[in-house]
This record gives sequence, C-alpha cells and structure tokens, in this order.
Amino acid sequence: MPASLAIDTHGLRKVFDDKVAVANLTLSVEQGEVFGFLGPNGAGKTTAVKMLLGLIRPSQGQATLLGAPIGDRRARARVGFLPEHFRFHDWLTAAEFLKLHADLYQMPPEISRRRIPELLELVGLTPHASKKLRQFSKGMLQRIGLAQALLNDPDLVILDEPTSGLDPVGRRLVRDIIRDLRQRGTTDFLNSHLLSEVEITCDRVAFIKFGEVLKVSALQTLVEGELSVEIRARHLSPEIVAGLSRWSQNVRLDGEHLNLTLPGEADIPALNRYLVENGVEVYSLHPQRISLEDLFLQIVGTDGGL
Amino acid sequence: MCIFTIARLTFREASRRWILWAALLMGILFLVIYSIGFNEIQKDAQRQAGSNPLMQFSEIYNFLTLAGLYSVNFLTVMMAVLTSVDTLSGEIASGTIHTLVSKPVRRWEIVMGKWLGFSVMLLLYLFLMGGGVLAVVYLLTGYLPPNPVQGMALMALNALLLLSVSLLGGSSLSTLANGVLVFGLYGVAFIGGWIEQFGALLNNPTAINIGIISSLILPSEALWKRAAYEMQSPLVAALGFSPFTSNYIPSTAMLVYAGLYLLTVIYLANRQFSRRDL
Repeated sequence: MPASLAIDTHGLRKVFDDKVAVANLTLSVEQGEVFGFLGPNGAGKTTAVKMLLGLIRPSQGQATLLGAPIGDRRARARVGFLPEHFRFHDWLTAAEFLKLHADLYQMPPEISRRRIPELLELVGLTPHASKKLRQFSKGMLQRIGLAQALLNDPDLVILDEPTSGLDPVGRRLVRDIIRDLRQRGTTDFLNSHLLSEVEITCDRVAFIKFGEVLKVSALQTLVEGELSVEIRARHLSPEIVAGLSRWSQNVRLDGEHLNLTLPGEADIPALNRYLVENGVEVYSLHPQRISLEDLFLQIVGTDGGL
Repeated sequence: MCIFTIARLTFREASRRWILWAALLMGILFLVIYSIGFNEIQKDAQRQAGSNPLMQFSEIYNFLTLAGLYSVNFLTVMMAVLTSVDTLSGEIASGTIHTLVSKPVRRWEIVMGKWLGFSVMLLLYLFLMGGGVLAVVYLLTGYLPPNPVQGMALMALNALLLLSVSLLGGSSLSTLANGVLVFGLYGVAFIGGWIEQFGALLNNPTAINIGIISSLILPSEALWKRAAYEMQSPLVAALGFSPFTSNYIPSTAMLVYAGLYLLTVIYLANRQFSRRDL
C-alpha cells in the first residue's frame, strides 16, 4: 500500500441486522487532498465515516487510516473528527469542552493552554469561551465542534456535514479553514450533500449510493469537462447540422435553437468559425457548464437512493 | 491517563447537573431528622430506665443504628443505580459519545473512567451517610456497634456491585430498559432475602434455597444481611432474629461469590461496550 494514502478501503461492508448500510466501499484518498464524499441521504456516508474512525465494526473488508489499520489508536491521535449531529456535553463551557478533548488527545497542558485560545479565536468564539454549550446556537456548536476537530493539529480531518447548520458567514469560515488546512498539507475528508460547498472546496469527489462508490473524479476535470452549448441561429441547413458531428454526437435542432454538448471549451471558436463560414447567422452562442448538481443527479439518479 | 479524564468528567457532570448537591442536601436533611428522632427516643428510654432496671440501652441503640444504616444502604443502592443508569446509554443515544470514542482513547478507559468517577462519589456518599448515622449515635450516647468498618465495607461493596450492574446494562440496553432491569434484579434479591429470613425462622429449607438462588442472581441483599450481621448486638445474635438479620447468615463463600460477581460484571461491561457499534 502506498504510504501516501490517508484513507484506503477495500470492499468495506456493513450490515445492520438485515439492512445493508454500506455495500462495498473501495476508496483511496491521498494525503493532502480535499476529498468530497457525496451521496443522497441514507447512502451510507455516515456509516462509512464511522467505520473509518473505529466507531462501527465493518462486517467485511479492510481499511487503513494514515497507514494504520482502522481502529488503531495512534492513527486516531492524528485525526480530527466533527460528527454529523455535533451533540456535545452541553454542561461544559466552550473552553472546558476544548480542554476535555485536549486531555483526551493527551496534549501536554502547556500546549493546550496556548492551543485552546488560538482555536477559539479561529472559529470566532473567543467572546463566548466561558459560556456553557447549552446556551450555544446550532451554528456556534458547529464552530466549537470544528475547533475540537482541529485541536491536535491533525494530519487528517474528517468532517461529517460540516456546514449543514451554518449561515453564510459560518460557511465562509469553514471554507477558509479548509483552504488553510489544504495549504498546510492536511487531508480533508468532507462528507456532504451541499454540492455548492463541495464544488468550491474539493479536489476530488466520490459519488456514493446504496453504500457503493459509483464514480470518483477530480473536480477539475468534472468542471472543465463536458459543457452544453445553446446556439440561436438562422439558415441552419441539415447538411450544416450533420457537419457538426465532428465535435459532438449529441446535437439537437429545434427551429432556430441548436443544442449540443462539447468535450471542452477549446472547441467553441472552431465551432463558431465553422457556422459563420457556412453562411449561418449566429445571434447567440451560450456555453453552459454542467453543474455538480446536474452531474450528481446524472450519476446518482433522481430517486434519491431511497 | 484517559481514565482519570473521564472520571473527572463524570464527577464534574454530577456536580454541574446538581446531582451531587441534591444528594448532599438530602443527605444532610436525613441526618438531621435521624439525629432529632434518635435523641428523642434515647431520652425517653433514659426516663423509663428508672422504673425498669432490666432495660438494655445498648440493644435499643443497636436497633436504631441498624435501622439508620438500613435506610442508608437502600439510599446508596438507589444512588448507585440512578446516577449511572443513563451514563453509557444516554451518551450513546444522544451522540455525545462520538467525539469521545473517536479520540485516541480505548473504549475500556471510558467505561472504567465512569466506573471510577461514580465509585468515588458513591463511597463519599456512603461515608457521609453511614458515617453520619454512626457519628450521631456515638456523639449522643457513646455507643458504637460491633465491627462498624467491616459493616460499612460490605455496604460499599454492595453499592459498587449495583453500579457495575447498571454500567453493564447501559453498555447494551436503553436507559429505561436498563433501569427496569437493574431495579428488577434488585427486587428479586430483596424479596429472596426476606423469604430466606422467614424460611430460616420456620426452618423451611425450600424457602432458604429460594433465598440463596436469588442471592446468586444478585448478591446485593446478601451483602446487606452480612453487614447487618457483623454489626448486630451480641444479644440479637444469641436470639437469632431481628428485622435486619436472621440466624441464616450469608456465608463467606457468598461474599467471595459477590466479589467475583462484581469483577465479572465489570469485565462484561467493558467487553460489551468495546464490541458494540456506536
């Protein structure tokens, strides 16, 4: 196994009673990348994350986390985790909560004394350090949960739906933190169904449904890949339309409206020149990226995996 | 050591959620009522002593001390179960456990940390209450029952036993199911103890065996009966019957059994919690 893999799973499977939560998860995440784990609700994302962290015992399959078999305590010492529902001991204050988790990481007091105020500052909770978590809003709990996940300066951060409870300001904060982590070479594993977030932050994404990976792809190639072009033009003869087949197999003509998909935007000028040189009057040419949402629906389907 | 971190957390939770303070306040109230009541009765006894030269003060004091300790034993058992019944199952149900177990902590450290935290609390409670009863009697009359240390130690063992059973239940059942189970077991041991007591009085071997079997299911009443036996007055011992003891005394083998029972339950709680999906 290459040492550079932060997460490496082979045929991971989890069956609860007779319900298959994760069918067959084979996945590798390299160190230093921001990896998005996408899927509809109930696709097995949280179960998969819990297996990685040793919270749930897999029914079958193997996996390693930072090179160590899952469940290994030394590997967990280098991991930060924000659980999905961020329920914490709410009778603790924010500072006490971070101290508790610093102690669980067995952090020497002289380090935690410096680290805790730093993190409170990072997530914008310094004025609320001595407030009990019971009085925190959902967004504040998510922030303190995030601080907790970064306490040990982890090599791998696993965030389960990190922005679901946050307002736009909080989301920006999470994005900035992830960007900062990426710069420091920290691997981020992002469990999310908020596609716009993933689109902005991730290097690679895996689409998962029924506990199985349907597709893994670099977001760059997804975004830079296929695009659909909508053209409004006159004098489109059947011969000219047939000649478009050198760029696209997927051409649709509806009166003055021509729709086709291109493998990339590099083909647009040549397409335009072809049309103009053949006497077509082009009124508009409108290239559109296929959004992650379209792609998600295309790969995962519209039934939501239910 | 993460055990001590979890133990401190358990202690702090009991304090923050007013469990500790409620117990302390009610404990003080209990001791105040007990000392006033005891003082009234012993004054009355002193007054009547003039007309009845055969009156045995120490018998009265012993009876009242054991009545106090009987209540303390019951309260400590309640405390052991009520404080711990929700600690594992509640954290599992709410999800607060997730940030704990994903840390570089061994699962058994969480169980043993909680066990340690609750044990210290229970022992302090027992020391305050049981010690308080003994102190009240001693300060008012100068009387101390025989073997108070052994008696208190057996009561402490009883508290730890129920705490451990409650942690075992909490490692696999919901809070309510666990509570029903532990109190149910306690009820079986309790009624078994009474059947055994009457069986011994009437010399009925079947009734005695029912008592022994119920003690094997949960040796908690057996521990109390042995504690009461250790602390009873020599006269009651000679007569062979009081509301608190009988002439059928839980054997040393039963005490060893209770010790092994405790260790087994602690082991099973750790194993169960280590294996389960969270």
